[in-house]
Amino acid sequence: MTKARRREPISTGSEWTFELLEEYDKEIGRIAKEYRLDTYPNQIEVITAEQMMDAYASVGMPISYNHWSYGKHFLHTQTHYQRGQMGLAYEIVINSDPCIAYLMEENTMCMQALVIAHASYGHNSFFKGNYLFKTWTDASAIIDYLVFSRNYIKKCEERHGVDAVERILDAAHALMNYGVDRYKRPRPISSEEEKLRQEERESILQQQVNDLWRTLPISEKESKKKRIRFPSEPQENLLYFLEKNAPLLKPWQREIIRIVRKLAQYFYPQRQTQVMNEGWATFWHYTLLNTMYDEGLVTEGFMMEFLNSHSSVIYQPPFDSPYFSGINPYTLGFHMMSDIRRICEHPTDEDKEWFPDIAGSDWLDTLHFAMRNFKDESFVLQYLSPKLMRDLKLFSIMDDERKMHISIDAIHDEMGYRKVREDLAKQYDLSYREPNIQVYSVDLNGDRSLTLHHQRQNNIPLNEQTQDVVKHLHTLWGFDVYLHSINEEGKTIKSYSCSENHHYSEEDQLELDT
Amino acid sequence: MSYIIDRRLNGKNKSMVNRQRFLRRYKSHIKKAVTDAVNKRSITDMERGEKISIPTRDTSEPVFSHGKGGARQRVLPCNREFHAGDKVLRPKSEGGGNGAGEGNASNQGEGEDEFSFFISKEEFLDYVFEDLALPNLLKKTLNEHDAVEYRRAGFTATGTPNNLAVIKSMRAAHARRIALSASSRRKLKKAKAELEDEQAKDEDLKNPIKIAELEEKILKLQEKIKKIPFIDTFDIKYRNIIKEPVPSTKAVMFCVMDVSGSMTQQIKDMAKRFYILLYLFLQRNYEKTEVVFIRHHTSAKEVNEEEFFYSRETGGTIVSSALELMGNIIEERYNPAEWNIYGAQASDGDNWDDDSPNCAEILRQRIMPMAQYFAYIEITPNAHQALWRAYEALAPQLGDRFAMEQITSASDIFPVFRDLFSRKSLKEAV
Repeated sequence: MTKARRREPISTGSEWTFELLEEYDKEIGRIAKEYRLDTYPNQIEVITAEQMMDAYASVGMPISYNHWSYGKHFLHTQTHYQRGQMGLAYEIVINSDPCIAYLMEENTMCMQALVIAHASYGHNSFFKGNYLFKTWTDASAIIDYLVFSRNYIKKCEERHGVDAVERILDAAHALMNYGVDRYKRPRPISSEEEKLRQEERESILQQQVNDLWRTLPISEKESKKKRIRFPSEPQENLLYFLEKNAPLLKPWQREIIRIVRKLAQYFYPQRQTQVMNEGWATFWHYTLLNTMYDEGLVTEGFMMEFLNSHSSVIYQPPFDSPYFSGINPYTLGFHMMSDIRRICEHPTDEDKEWFPDIAGSDWLDTLHFAMRNFKDESFVLQYLSPKLMRDLKLFSIMDDERKMHISIDAIHDEMGYRKVREDLAKQYDLSYREPNIQVYSVDLNGDRSLTLHHQRQNNIPLNEQTQDVVKHLHTLWGFDVYLHSINEEGKTIKSYSCSENHHYSEEDQLELDT
Repeated sequence: MSYIIDRRLNGKNKSMVNRQRFLRRYKSHIKKAVTDAVNKRSITDMERGEKISIPTRDTSEPVFSHGKGGARQRVLPCNREFHAGDKVLRPKSEGGGNGAGEGNASNQGEGEDEFSFFISKEEFLDYVFEDLALPNLLKKTLNEHDAVEYRRAGFTATGTPNNLAVIKSMRAAHARRIALSASSRRKLKKAKAELEDEQAKDEDLKNPIKIAELEEKILKLQEKIKKIPFIDTFDIKYRNIIKEPVPSTKAVMFCVMDVSGSMTQQIKDMAKRFYILLYLFLQRNYEKTEVVFIRHHTSAKEVNEEEFFYSRETGGTIVSSALELMGNIIEERYNPAEWNIYGAQASDGDNWDDDSPNCAEILRQRIMPMAQYFAYIEITPNAHQALWRAYEALAPQLGDRFAMEQITSASDIFPVFRDLFSRKSLKEAV
C-alpha cells in the first residue's frame, strides 16, 4: 500500500475542471480499491446551488411526488440561504445503484475531491456493505420505484383532485415513522412489478377488507365462539395496519399509504446508522486524501484547505455551548473508526483488556467487519473504547422531572465506562428514541373504533402535537380513534381521542383518577 | 467505474410545483399578509416582493414523539468538572440539559415562532390584483383587428417588381432551358460525333455530301437551341408577403386632473394613488404602457409627472378644456387601432356650471369612440355637483366602458379600484 514513488500533484490551483474531476476520481478510486472499498458504480453530478436547494427540498430523493411539505422545505432553505444564514451541504448522496452523488459547482477543487472521497467511495461502500442496507433497501430499484410513485400520485391527483390526495399524504406522512417493518424483510420492488401488483391488489384488497366488516348476521353460537380480538396481537406498523384494514379507504388511498410506507422503509436503515455511516465516510475521506498526499498527488495548500474543512465537520460543541444540539455523529463516528484502527495497530494494555479479539488484528479486516455487521446502537456498544470516552469526555446524566436536581450518573472513569457506553448506545436505539405506539384493538361489533396504546418508558409523555396526529389517524381510519398513554404500571395516564364529527379531546386521566 | 455528469444546465426549478403547492395551501395566510403590506406600504412602492410569515404551528407536520417530562438518561460530551454522583440544579432555560431528543427536532429548527419566506414582486402583485381584470380587455380580439404585421409567406407567380425574387426566377429559367433544349442537344451531340468520325476518315473515304449534310444539321440544331428564350414570363417569381393581424399590446393611460385652487395636496395624493394602481395594472396587462398627464384649471396643459402632482395652480375650473386636449392628443399620437386607450379623471367635483354638459358631450362623441375605458373618480366628502350629474346621465349610454366612483378617504381607494375593475364587468363585456 505504501508507494514510495512520489508523483507530481494532479493540480495546484483551486479551480476545478471536468478533466481534473475525472483524474481525481480515478486516483481516489484506485486508492479506495487498495483499501478494499467495494462500491456501486458512481454517478457524479455537478449541480448549481439552486439545484442543490431543490435536492434538499425532496430529502435528497432525485425524483419525488409533489407535496406542499417539500415546498415548505424548499422555501425555508431558500430564505435562509439567500439571507446568508446557512450554507448548503457540499454534497448529497443517494443510496442507489449507480450511486448518485451531487457536487456543488461552487466548491473548490479540494472540496470536490473531499466530496468524491466522502460520498462516492465512503457512503457508497457503506450503502453496499452494511447489513441493514443490504436487508432493507434495494439500491437498484429505488429510482424505479420513485418514478412509479410519482406517476401514480400524479394520476391520483388528476383523477381525484389535489386536495383529496393531499389529505391522505398529510396523514400518511404524520405516521411515516410508524410504517416500518422492523423484523420482516420486505421483498425487493421494481416499478414494473409494482404496477402489476398494484392493480391486482386494488381488486382483491377491497374484498378482504369488506369481509372483516361483514354485517350479515352470524348465529348466536358462532358469534360467542368468535368473540375474537382484532388484531390478535398488537401491531406496531401503523401504516401497514391502516392500509390493510381501514374500512373506508378506497383502493387508491391504500396505495398512497403503501407508497409512503415503502419510502419510510427505504429511509429506515439511514436513521439507524447515522453515526456509522458518517463516521465511515469521514474516516475514508480523511484516509484516502492523506494517502494521496503521501503519494505526492496533492499539494500542501490542498491539504491545508482539506484539513480545515475536515476539522470543522468533526467539531463537537460542548454540552453547555449555545451551538450544542446533541452529539455530532461525524465526531463520534470518525473518532470511533479511527480508534478501531488505533486499537488494531497500536493497542495499549487497556485495549487488550477491553478488546482482546481485535487488539493487534488487521485493522482493515476489523474495520470492514464493523461496517458490515453493526448499526449505531450495537456499534457503540461493541467498539466505544475507554480512551475515546476520555478523549470526548463523555458523561451520563439522569434528568427526572420529579426530582429537583439532575444527577450525574457516570463519567469517563473506571467506574463509569460501561454505564456511559450502555447509555450512549441506548440513545441510538430507535425503539427508545421514538414513543412506542401500537394498535391495540378494534371494536369490530360496535362502533368500529380503533384503540392504540402508547407504552411509556421512564414516564416520558407524548409531545403536544399528538392530538394532531390522532386527527390524521382518524382521517385514515374513518371512525373514532382512541390513543391511551399507559405508564409502566399499566395505568392510563392520558387519553387522546378523535371522533366522527371531528370533535376531539385530550384528557389527563391522572387528574381524573386521583 | 464513475460517470461524471454536468447537470448544471438542467432545470433548476424542480421545486417550483412544490412551492406552488405550499403557496396554494397557505393562500389565505399569504393574502392576509399581502393586504397588510398594501396598507402599510406607500403605493409607489408596490413593485417589490414581500416577506410572508406564517405561524409555525399552522405549517407544522405533526408526528408522534416524546414530549417534555419523564425521566431521561442522556450522554453528553465535554465534561469539565462533574464527578459521578454529583447533583446539579436543572438549568432554567431550555438549554442542553433538556432532553428534546435528537430524533424529533423539527426541520425548522427550534425557537422560531414563525415560518417566514419571500414571495417575488410578481407574486405579490398577483395577490394584490387577484380577481381584478380590466373590462373590455378582450375588445381587440383577433377578428376585429386593425393592427397588422407584414410577414413573408413563400413565393407567388404574381406581384410587384419590387418583390421580384431574382435568384428564384433565374433558377426557374435555367431549369426550363435545360428541359426544353434536352432533345435538341442530344441530337446535336450525336451529329457532332458523326461529323468528327467522318472527318477522321482517310482522305479517300470521306463523303463530302454527308459532311455537308451534317454541318447543316448542326447549324440548324444550334439555331434551335438558341431560340429557347433565356427568361420567360412564367419563370418569374415574386416574394409573397401577407398581412397578419397582431394583437395590440400597447396601452396609453391618460391622467386627467383638476389642479384648481380647490384641489388640496391631500386630494391630489389620493388621486395619485389611484393613478399608480391603474398604471401598475396596465403595465401587467400590456407589453408597453405610456402615460399622458393632463392637468387643467381654466385651460388644460400636458405636463410631466412631477409637475402634474406637485406644482400649485389657482383659478377656476373648466373640465372640458382637458377633455378636448385629450381628444387632440389621441388623434395626434395614439392611433386607436394600435393603442388601448384608458382615461382616468380625478377631480373634487368642481366645475364651471355651464361646462358640465359640455364635458359629457365631448366624452360621448369624441373620446369614448376611441377609448377602451374611462374612469371618473370624485374625491370629495361633499355633495355631488353638476359634473357628477352630467356624467351620471351619460353613464347608461356608455355601459361598462365607463365608471364613476366617489372617494372620501385614502382607505376607499382600493375598494373603489376593485369595484371599477371587478370581474363582473369583464364577463358582461365578453
